Amino acid sequence: MHRKSLAYPYLIWAAIFIVVPLLLIVYFSFFKDGSFTIQNYQKFLEDYYIKALIRSIELAFISTVICLVMAYPLAMILSDKHMTNKQIILLLVVLPMWMNSLLRTYAWGSLLENNGVINSMLKAVQLAPITFLYGNGAVIFGMVYNFFPFMVLPIYNVLCKIDPSLIEASYDLGADKVTTFRKVILPLSMPGVVTGIVMVFMPALTTFLITRLLGGGKINLIGNIIEEQFTRTNNFGFGSAVSMILMIIVLITLAFMSKKDSLDKGGGLF
Amino acid sequence: MENKDIQKNYIIDLKNISKTFDDTEVLKDISMYIKRNEFLTLLGPSGCGKTTLLRIVGGFEEPSRGEVYFEGENIINLPPYKRRINTVFQKYALFPHMNVEDNIAFGLHIKKIDKKLIKKKVSEMLELVNLKGFEKRSVDSLSGGQQQRIAIARALINEPEVLLLDEPLGALDLKLRKGMQLELKKIQQKVGITFIYVTHDQEEALTMSDTIAVMNEGRVQQIGSPVDIYNEPKNAFVANFIGESNILEGKMIRDCLVVFHNTHFECVDGGFDEQESIDVVVRPEDIQIVSQEEGMLKGTVESVTFKGVHYEMLVNTGEFLWTIHSTAMSYIGQVVGLIITPADIHIMKRR
Repeated sequence: MHRKSLAYPYLIWAAIFIVVPLLLIVYFSFFKDGSFTIQNYQKFLEDYYIKALIRSIELAFISTVICLVMAYPLAMILSDKHMTNKQIILLLVVLPMWMNSLLRTYAWGSLLENNGVINSMLKAVQLAPITFLYGNGAVIFGMVYNFFPFMVLPIYNVLCKIDPSLIEASYDLGADKVTTFRKVILPLSMPGVVTGIVMVFMPALTTFLITRLLGGGKINLIGNIIEEQFTRTNNFGFGSAVSMILMIIVLITLAFMSKKDSLDKGGGLF
Repeated sequence: MENKDIQKNYIIDLKNISKTFDDTEVLKDISMYIKRNEFLTLLGPSGCGKTTLLRIVGGFEEPSRGEVYFEGENIINLPPYKRRINTVFQKYALFPHMNVEDNIAFGLHIKKIDKKLIKKKVSEMLELVNLKGFEKRSVDSLSGGQQQRIAIARALINEPEVLLLDEPLGALDLKLRKGMQLELKKIQQKVGITFIYVTHDQEEALTMSDTIAVMNEGRVQQIGSPVDIYNEPKNAFVANFIGESNILEGKMIRDCLVVFHNTHFECVDGGFDEQESIDVVVRPEDIQIVSQEEGMLKGTVESVTFKGVHYEMLVNTGEFLWTIHSTAMSYIGQVVGLIITPADIHIMKRR
């Protein structure tokens, strides 16, 4: 039996659940009552939607930067061979992923509410309550919280794979620790960084769940607009058009990132 | 006064180096001098501590006890990047994200040397290692032997006083390895610096070295020129490790007379106590096979193996099974005589 044939079940699956829906989205976005139109795309140029798109990119970008800044040092520490207890810390990073993100985000909602657990505790010790929820800050917090492991793991993976003799060679050739990091470790870890950025930026850009639960409907990101079209206003045409636009943005980002550093060198998660 | 002498003749002075990993002692109180401009080989089986000793000199490992002096100065607390020593690593350790030129220039870039000068030096180095015009090639596109040369060029461009080489030819095939051995020796003579070379291959050590330090179980067993080590092994380990040997127990009767194999033999060694128990080493190629009447010993040929240049034969003389190398072939079952001349009998102190 050919090995290839083992891939057929997935190919059939992919055809039914990925290719067909994609074609439907293309169809919905360009055809209204059976005739071709670009109306749906024109509608997107309205101020409201453009603003939502820009805000989505902005929040996803900020979240990605925060994740990267926190994850890189952590991954460096974890990849140190002499580190003891690193399994425990790795477990702590991965542990939240074992539970559905919807549940976790709900939990944060009730923790951070105006009458939530944290504010009740503040009140109990006579401190003024803080409004955590329903702003950009809460949404960014939710994104960072949810997607942080996706930044740590690929970076940790590439750092572990760097041949220690390369670092020794750098010391040997006169580079101190800072220079070695700049000239050897950082460039060699770029595939992991790129993977991490993609793995955080993409879901953050398209989320509607976090905005709904922690942004309280006040903040509409592009994901929320798409969801609205399909579940509430039943405007499949416009929803499909926005989806298409989002997909194109994602593809452009991927192309850009893979040019910066080839993704197939592997951060480990692809 | 003694210090000055050391500074003149010796570049590195190891004093009582010990190293313990977890609970295993890999180096046991090693003291040795390394001369300026010599090709020194640390030779020993795997696990003898040779690589650890090299890494201590390079600064990648700290000894548990002992000091390393470099030109009379204790460098034990200097990090590798401050030592005037460079290393050629076992698996080359070329930077995969840089091309050949940037790899070689790495050390000079860090010293912020003028770019034009760097370019010139890189092409000089490439010429030295016979890879002219390889500047823009990617490291991945090179063969093992070529990567090896780049690693050497990358180390030598920094003009170190000492170059450390950790089994650098281990990954190459036999023919390439032979070629590189000669080339390495040539490079060493050209640049005129000290090479400290680690290998487990005794032939490689004999071919290239000025001095060999034979190591086993964390100790230096013998230091000397290749000829001395081959001809006058200090103990059974060295004799066995450097080439094949016949090692027998014996007793000194007096100077220049020894008894082993229940037979008296004249020899050329002296300075032992009378009746002192010793080990006798006879190299397989130093035993002559003659007719049984002419021989000092008589035995039966048990096996004959063709080895290319010579035949390897096992001859049983009742007391001992001799390994003998000869270009003339004998037959299995043939009864032969053996002759060993006095100069070919090497006496070693029993440990």
